[in-house]
Order: sequence, then structure tokens, then C-alpha cells
Amino acid sequence: MSTASLQLDAHGRMKHFLCIEGLNRQLLTEILDTAESFTGVTEQTVKKVPLLRGKTIVNLFFEASTRTRTTFELAAKRLSADVLNINITQSSTVKGETLLDTLRNLEAMHVDMFVVRHNDSGAAHFIASHVAPHVSVINAGDGRHSHPTQALLDVFTIRRTKGPDFGRLRVAIVGDILHSRVARSQIHALNLLNTGDIRIVAPRTLVPAHAESLGVHVYHDLEAGIEGADVIIMLRLQRERMQGALLPSEHEYYELFGVTEEKLAVARPDVTIMHPGPINRGVEMDSEVADGSRSVILEQVTHGIAVRMAVMSMAMHHHKKSKA
Amino acid sequence: MTESSTQQPDRIRISGGRVVDPANKVDALLDVFIADGKIAAVGAPPGGFEAEHDIDASGRIVCPGLVDLCARTREPGQEHKATIASESQAAACGGITTLCCPPDTRPVVETPADIELIRLRAEAAGKTRIVTLGALTRGLDGEYLSEMAALKKAGCVGVSNALRPLANTLVQRRALEYAATFDLTVFLYANDHWLSADGCAHEGKVATRMGLTGIPEAAETAAIARDLALVEQTGVRAHFCRVSSARAAQMVARAQFDGLPVTADVAIPYLYLTEIDIRGFDSNCHVIPPLRTTEDRQRLRDAVQRGIFSAICSDHQPHDPDAKLRPFPSTEPGISGLDTLLPLGLRLVDEQVMGLDELIQRLTAGPAQILGLPCGTLTVGNTADICIFDPELTWQLDPSTIKSHGHNTPFMGWELKGRVTHTLLAGRQVHAL
Repeated sequence: MSTASLQLDAHGRMKHFLCIEGLNRQLLTEILDTAESFTGVTEQTVKKVPLLRGKTIVNLFFEASTRTRTTFELAAKRLSADVLNINITQSSTVKGETLLDTLRNLEAMHVDMFVVRHNDSGAAHFIASHVAPHVSVINAGDGRHSHPTQALLDVFTIRRTKGPDFGRLRVAIVGDILHSRVARSQIHALNLLNTGDIRIVAPRTLVPAHAESLGVHVYHDLEAGIEGADVIIMLRLQRERMQGALLPSEHEYYELFGVTEEKLAVARPDVTIMHPGPINRGVEMDSEVADGSRSVILEQVTHGIAVRMAVMSMAMHHHKKSKA
Repeated sequence: MTESSTQQPDRIRISGGRVVDPANKVDALLDVFIADGKIAAVGAPPGGFEAEHDIDASGRIVCPGLVDLCARTREPGQEHKATIASESQAAACGGITTLCCPPDTRPVVETPADIELIRLRAEAAGKTRIVTLGALTRGLDGEYLSEMAALKKAGCVGVSNALRPLANTLVQRRALEYAATFDLTVFLYANDHWLSADGCAHEGKVATRMGLTGIPEAAETAAIARDLALVEQTGVRAHFCRVSSARAAQMVARAQFDGLPVTADVAIPYLYLTEIDIRGFDSNCHVIPPLRTTEDRQRLRDAVQRGIFSAICSDHQPHDPDAKLRPFPSTEPGISGLDTLLPLGLRLVDEQVMGLDELIQRLTAGPAQILGLPCGTLTVGNTADICIFDPELTWQLDPSTIKSHGHNTPFMGWELKGRVTHTLLAGRQVHAL
């Protein structure tokens, strides 16, 4: 089944949230607007709305995560849902239970929504195509494929910082594009919002085959890639990339692709610095950049809660509607 | 070759059919006469022939029984997926009278006893002839040579390391030399161990978009280049299995032009499907080597037509449902293909990729020659392995019509044209619609 028909219902409303591909601009904007309305909630003294009261949400994480899992948990709690965190890395699959069996067992406990992270690309699609009709699936990262809520919170942050007109923006994504689900989702989201110029910047070993077919311009030189950039998004570089012969050393990577205040001189003076976290200081960027006035890295985290509240409430709302 | 001994074959006349026997350049309305399990005559009956059984083949095509270069029965070792009995039945229903099993059973085929076991079980099933490839290296581990002389003596039709590429080029060289010593054909899957590691899709636009680990075309071409260099040096007869890319086909063509003893085949799904079919994470399209581009598919079709690939096989890999009920990269690769080999082949004729005689040749005499077997023809005196099919009969592949235990096929639900009505194995009817 195609992605679009799996995550949207016949009326084009969100049933599951699996990837940015297949969404239209209107729906994407609707999510961002809904998230905007939730930012107020998270700043109140009583940080709760009763939208999902009585609903059970399971955070099903087959891969370690702190930030994403925590913000999903907070988002669910602020919507008054009951939340259960399950880390499968140390659970049933180790004992030989299949993913489908794990799912069926949890479903039997009358769960309303799964928030899933898995190291296989396509895992969220697989789960969404096997859950009971009343259950929603939110993708919290599948392999190298997609991490849609991260991309949403990134464009949400850009919209708040730069305004709603993406057409005039030049956005550079720097780092390990090959292994990054975040980059893939960001690229789709930015394209959906008609971003003027999307660039990816990395050595050839970290750029996937036919990357330009995603709708980006490819650069292998940092200064050329970030020249005139309005937004620079850095991606986390995993240590194991050295073992895979993808890079010679963190030192050389930092020399060539690490962002410093000095190299930022070629970007626009009001450039916005972003990173999905966790940061490797002295690898992807130096501390001066990470903690500088142009960095919105911590705002990204805050916005993550509002965006996830929006996605969860919209997906659940669909089911309420379709039941009625 | 194994012969059925359970029942004395009848004297049979197959009358009124269009006989297509490419090896003998026959394509005409003729009668075929069978006696004592052998082809007694084609055309006029032999003197004093009295048929005990008559098969009316009018409106049908009568051709040699199909020879499938690669089909896994999953026995021994993975009987929860399929068995020799179940897949023999599926083969017979698909008009396949000889199928060749790669050695990657559990345990692997590396001793005469392993070959004997498969032969006995195939005979007990009695529906199709099963021949085996022996392991090229012990346990397919790519380190130690198997006892190839003993395997040959026990009846293996060639040696192969199946889907396990040899990482060590020196072992590869020695293995080819040793096989050449005993005039064994080596069946090679051109796949570079390191370049393909962990991959599950063709490295291209679709895999990039879906975030699937890619297997580059170079995994195939680099391996073929290496293998061809070693074939040239060792003089071994080599067969390249399941070629998947246009460039690899071109390399094989050049090697053949240069006079190297090299043949190749393609599996039929690769003549229909491309990387685009994995969109939506359809695990039934997870195959190794991966489905490549539309351009590759076109060139593979050209290569079959031109005879660079002298065989089309099913690459039958039946699975239990659980094997495919996982996220795409974790599913087991392979397509169940015995049921669709002939009808999908006939579609190539409909699409004017090749003539009917060319298709039948690639499904019978072509693969038989690669295996060094005397089957795949209707030559008088040959064992009477015959497939009779109605080229106009349409049917739908669905869970009720598929005969293989493996229902893992992306062609499920397809309307297919051409259906086998009778299959004869050594003159004995093993399938009738």
C-alpha cells in the first residue's frame, strides 16, 4: 500500500503519521498552525489540556533515545493521555518474540496509539499496516528512512525565526546525509514548503546515491555550501562512521566540515544555526557556534513538544471523528 | 538421471497439438508418440504403435518439459517453508520436469549422502526430477574446498557457493581450478561480499528516498570482472546465475564474444519488476540481487532475446508467511516462482520481447545444456518429459490457485495467460488439469 493511502484517510486527514512524503502543503501547514496553538499550553502554570484524557499511548522504542522519547512523553502527558514507555532493546525481541507478536500483545491491552522508533527503514509502515483500525501509529524514527516529527519541529522553528515565506530561504544541511532519517524528512518538508534553495553539504562518502533526485543541491565544500545561507542545520556524526571507512578521523571532519564562527562569515549575518541533537562539540561545530546568539538548538527541543502534541491530537482526532 | 519405477508407463499418443521443440527446430502441428517412457516418434506413428492412452492436445502447445535452473525446495532443513513433496507438485503443475537445487539447504549439500537424500525424496514424491549443485566450499564458508570429486561421482550437476560470495580471491581461484580438474561447471552468483554487505535494495533513487541500505551495481560488476579473470586463467566452465544489471549482461556478452566458456541466466521476476516496485516497502519484492532500474530491465530482456542468457529460471524461493511479516530490511529475500515461470514467460512473447520458440528454448534446451543433461528436447529416443499447455487459457494467481507452499510473490492477484494442462515425466502423467 502506498504511503499516502496508509497514513491519510479518504478525506485526506491524518490517520497515522509515518513520513512527510505523501502529505500536502495544506496539511503540513495545518500541523504547524496547531503546534503554534499548543505553544501557549506549555508556557502556562498548569501545562495540560484534556484533549486525550482516557487515551493510552505506548512509546515503543526499539532503539535508544532520550530526547525524542522524553518529548513524546511530555507531549502525551500535556494532552492528559496515559503513557507507557517500553524499551524493546532489552525486552521481548531478545527472547525471540517477533515484532508482530509484541504488537498484538500490546494491542490486547487496548492501546490507542503507538509511538514507534525502530532501526529498520519501513518499520513504522509495517506496524501501521498491521494494527487494528482504531489504533494510530506515529513514527518516531525508522532506520534511515524518516523522522517526520523532527522535520516538523525543524521547519516550525525556521518559520518562527524567519517567517512563513520559505521561498526566499537558502537552507544548508551539513553532515552525514547517507545515514540520516532526519535529513530525508527535512528535505521533504522543506520542499513541500517551497524552500528557495536546499543544499546538502558532506564528503562524497556521506551522500546517498542520486541525492539530487531528492530535490537538493549537493556540495562537498563547506564554505561553498553555506555561502549566503539563511539556515544551517548540522547533523550528528556517529562515531562508528570512522570504522566503516567513511571518514578518516573526527579531526579531519571537523577541519573540513565542522562549523566555526570563522567559517560562518560566508553565511548571511542573521543565519540561524540548528542541530537535532545530541551535539558532538568539536566535531560538527564548536561550542561558540552551538551556544551563540544565532543558535536555536534549545528552542528546537522546546518546539518538539508542541509539534508532537499537534501530531498526536490530530491523529487521535481523526479516529474520534471516524467513529462518530 | 532418475527414472520413475513406480509404474510401467503407457503407450501414449499426444494428438493434434502444435509441437514446439526448438532444439530440433520443430514448430508444427504434429502427433507425439511415447512408449516405455521415451519419445517413440514425432509425426507419423512408429510401426505397429497402438496407444493405450490418448491426450487430445488440439489448440494446445506441446513442448519439452521445462528445466528450471534454480529452485529451492527448502528440504532438508526448512520444511516449515516447503518440502520436496510440496514443491515437486507445484513444479509438475507448472510443466517443470527438471529442477536444479542450489546447495544452500540445511545442512548444505556437501557430501554424497546429501545428494542421495534429496534424490530419494524426489523419487518418492515422483512428480519432477530434482538435480543438485554441490557446495563449492565446505559449509559454503568460503575457506575450505568441498570434496568435489566425490560430489560429482554422487551425481551433482555442478558446484556453487550459492548466495554466499567468496571474500577470499585466492580461495576462489583454487576452487575454480579444482572444479575444472573434474570438468565441473561452477555456478557463480556475482556478488562482491563487501560491497553488498547489509544491503537490501538497489543503490539508486528509490533506495535513497526510502532510506534502505543500497547494493551498488558495482557489487555485481566488480565480482563478474574478478570471476571472469579467474575463469580465463583457470579455464573452468562458469555459469553466472541471476544476472541483474545491464552492465553485467554486457560483460557476459563480451566474455562470450571473446570465447570464454561462460553462460548466464536471468530469473523471470527481473524481467518484469524494477526498484520502483519496492516502494511502499513491499517485502515480496525484497530479492537478492536487488531489482534494479527500468533501463536494466530492458537490457536484461534484450540479453535473453539475443541468447546472452541462454536460460530463464524461476529462482523459486518459497517462504513461510512469517519470513515476510517484518519491516522490509529484516524480511528474508526471495520470490516463490514455480507457479509463474511459464505464464510470465508467455507474457514476454505477448509483449513481443521474443518469439515462442526462443522462449521455449530458454526454458528447456538452454538450461538443460548448461546442466549437461540430455533433457529439454523431444528427440526420438529421449526420456519423455513433456509439457502441454493451453496458451489462451487465462487464470488468476491467488491463494487458491497457487500450488507452491510459498505464497510470497508480488505477482499474486495477476491475471495470467497460458496454463499447463498436462505434464509427463518419463512418459508418466504427473499433472492433468
